[in-house]
Amino acid sequence: MSELNKAMIEQYRNSFLSEVEANVEEGEWVKMCMQCGVCSGSCPLGKHWAHPPQEIFMMIRAGKREEVLTSDSMWMCTSCYNCIVRCPRQLPITHIMHGLATYAKKLGLTPKNQPTAKFAEIFWNNMMKKGRVNELKLGLSLYFKDGFGPGIKEALRNKDLGMKMMKAKRMAAGEFFGGHGVKDVSGLQKMIKKAQELEDARMKKFDEPEASQDG
Amino acid sequence: MTEVVATNQTILVVGGGISGMTAALEAAETGAQVVLVEKRPYLGGRVSQLYKYFPKLCHPTCGLEINQRRAKMNPNLTIVTGAEVSKLEGEAGNYTATVKLSPTYVNDNCTACGECAKAVEAEFDDEYNYGLSKRKGAYLPHVMAHPMKYVLDPAIIGTDDAQKAKDACKYDAIDLDDKEKEIQFPVGAVVWATGWKPYDAAKIQPYGYDRFANVVTNVEFERMADPKGPTGGKILRPSDGKEAKNVAFIQCAGSRDRNHLYHCSRICCMASLKQTHYVVDAYGDDAQVSIYYIDIRAIDRFEDFYAEVRAMDNVKFIKSKVASITRGENDNPCLNGVDTEGYHRYATEHDLVVLATGMEPSVSVDSFPVDVEINREGFIEPAEKNGGVFAAGCASDALDVNRAVQSATGAALKAIQVVNRVARAEG
Ligand SMILES: Cc1cc2nc3c(=O)[nH]c(=O)nc-3n(C[C@H](O)[C@H](O)[C@H](O)COP(=O)(O)OP(=O)(O)OC[C@H]3O[C@@H](n4cnc5c(N)ncnc54)[C@H](O)[C@@H]3O)c2cc1C
Ligand code: SF4
Ligand code: SF4
Ligand code: SF4
Ligand code: SF4
Repeated sequence: MSELNKAMIEQYRNSFLSEVEANVEEGEWVKMCMQCGVCSGSCPLGKHWAHPPQEIFMMIRAGKREEVLTSDSMWMCTSCYNCIVRCPRQLPITHIMHGLATYAKKLGLTPKNQPTAKFAEIFWNNMMKKGRVNELKLGLSLYFKDGFGPGIKEALRNKDLGMKMMKAKRMAAGEFFGGHGVKDVSGLQKMIKKAQELEDARMKKFDEPEASQDG
Repeated sequence: MTEVVATNQTILVVGGGISGMTAALEAAETGAQVVLVEKRPYLGGRVSQLYKYFPKLCHPTCGLEINQRRAKMNPNLTIVTGAEVSKLEGEAGNYTATVKLSPTYVNDNCTACGECAKAVEAEFDDEYNYGLSKRKGAYLPHVMAHPMKYVLDPAIIGTDDAQKAKDACKYDAIDLDDKEKEIQFPVGAVVWATGWKPYDAAKIQPYGYDRFANVVTNVEFERMADPKGPTGGKILRPSDGKEAKNVAFIQCAGSRDRNHLYHCSRICCMASLKQTHYVVDAYGDDAQVSIYYIDIRAIDRFEDFYAEVRAMDNVKFIKSKVASITRGENDNPCLNGVDTEGYHRYATEHDLVVLATGMEPSVSVDSFPVDVEINREGFIEPAEKNGGVFAAGCASDALDVNRAVQSATGAALKAIQVVNRVARAEG
């Protein structure tokens, strides 16, 4: 168990809801949920998750900390926004889902080999290099996420798609060497670093060495 | 047309639904002079379009009849139908009301013999049945209409039908040259009782009210259950006219929803419980009713009514706000969602779906002819700045008849106090 996780358990002993409100993006909205079920019924991915959003919100209120934070549910959200536009209470459900995922990762509770979590990490690292996503490298990293052998297989399986993307100029082979980026990459990186520092300082109040890990 | 005689001790009641009628009668029976202005050609408002009343399951016509009799007997009450207040200027104790009178083309000679209706041909959507049936261009709004007078649809004026109607009338009751008029008169206080309208169900896109024939609203369902209604009281599917025995109700359709109406409409839970009786009365053991709800709000004394319906074997309660309706087999609406008791995903087909649509104020915020305090939901709040204008019934909140009538009596009292003050001041 990560030190931060231990500290958080200590801090919010009996109220997982307060923990979520204080630490999860848009977490203060959770208590506004009236358990109507529209989000769960509207979520195109819902069938494939352990717990639909409505249930996650109820579990938070019921104090099911471990179950929520180690769940794969929030990692399955595709940001389609169906839930947000229909929620009668206008909860920012999508953002809460991503907030929960981020928080779970920070605490080191993400399920092992959760593909979307891995994707998110690869995406982030890829984007941070140049300030823009390098589609070619992103694709390659994804193929090889499970090692070299399966990567080649996956790349071959998707080669037609890749060719099409190149034709449509959505991906360029030249991207492999350097690739395009934003004008002021170092500025962007500085900005993100500053944001990271602020977030770390916020977490610092829990006085933890691990809090300075990337989130 | 009735002559309007008024002074600044007169009380103007705007809206002749159950609330406006009550306020007008209560005030008139204490001796105050009252002018009641109603937009429709007849009194009674929305309750005249209900089949039965909860909680007693009696017929609204009964109460309306009593009120109509009280109205006829009272010399202090002047009723003006087909009229709207377009302006109200002044202050408490000293207002000038401007009222626009729509042409009715039919005068008080009308005996409701119905010959004009037989003579004309063009048909129109019958607003009394929420468009579920057609009516002629010369028509009696409904069988219990008060005043009991035929009406000519303005759309037939200038067509052959208009002349046919006039030629058919043996009582010289039809005047095709009738024009819109405006009258002005002084009043001391105003009871504002313009009531509600059903929320537009087509705006709830995932329910497909405008796409699926077998998705109807609760106000339409009242008409479908009424023997005087478009189906002769048979509960049938609009798509194929087959009996609708497996009926689902979707609660809070458009209410308690920041994308639609913020407020709880307060009557729709009870309305669906009442309408469950309609289905069970019609089909007995063959009836199958499913009520999809967030929570059932059968307030205070109505709890018993709820418990009774809940105990019926062929009624199911599903705690879930339906997420969407899709087209099932044979035009069955298919309800999709996840229930809150167990988080089970469902996709269930029914013969017919009734949307328990809520109430919104009938007058939109920006079209009030007077400056009154309007809340976020569009209802009138009591406030200093309202002066001598007092809201009654559903103009003040989403209310059932019992509460609407109570609020009307309260508003009448406040109006009486204002005109009494004027009377004392003028000695
Ligand atoms: C499906 C359904 C079922 C219901 N069943 C029941 C039930 O069983 N029991 C119960 O207690 N309640 C029931 N209700 C609630 C009931 O309908 C209301 O409480 C009642 O209609 C309120 O009466 P009102 O006079 O305030 O408004 P309304 O009935 O709306 O009357 C307002 C009147 O004002 C007129 N008007 C509007 N604007 C103007 C204007 N600008 N100038 C002049 N006149 C105007 C209108 O034409 C109308 O005649 C039900 C509601 C619904 C939706
Ligand atoms: S739609 Fe909104 S209110 Fe309803 S269960 Fe989902 S989050 Fe809660
Ligand atoms: S945004 Fe996420 S949670 Fe919401 S409906 Fe789409 S996939 Fe489901
Ligand atoms: S208008 Fe004339 S014809 Fe028509 S119902 Fe009245 S009296 Fe009869
Ligand atoms: S009365 Fe019932 S159906 Fe109507 S808005 Fe309130 S909770 Fe929903």
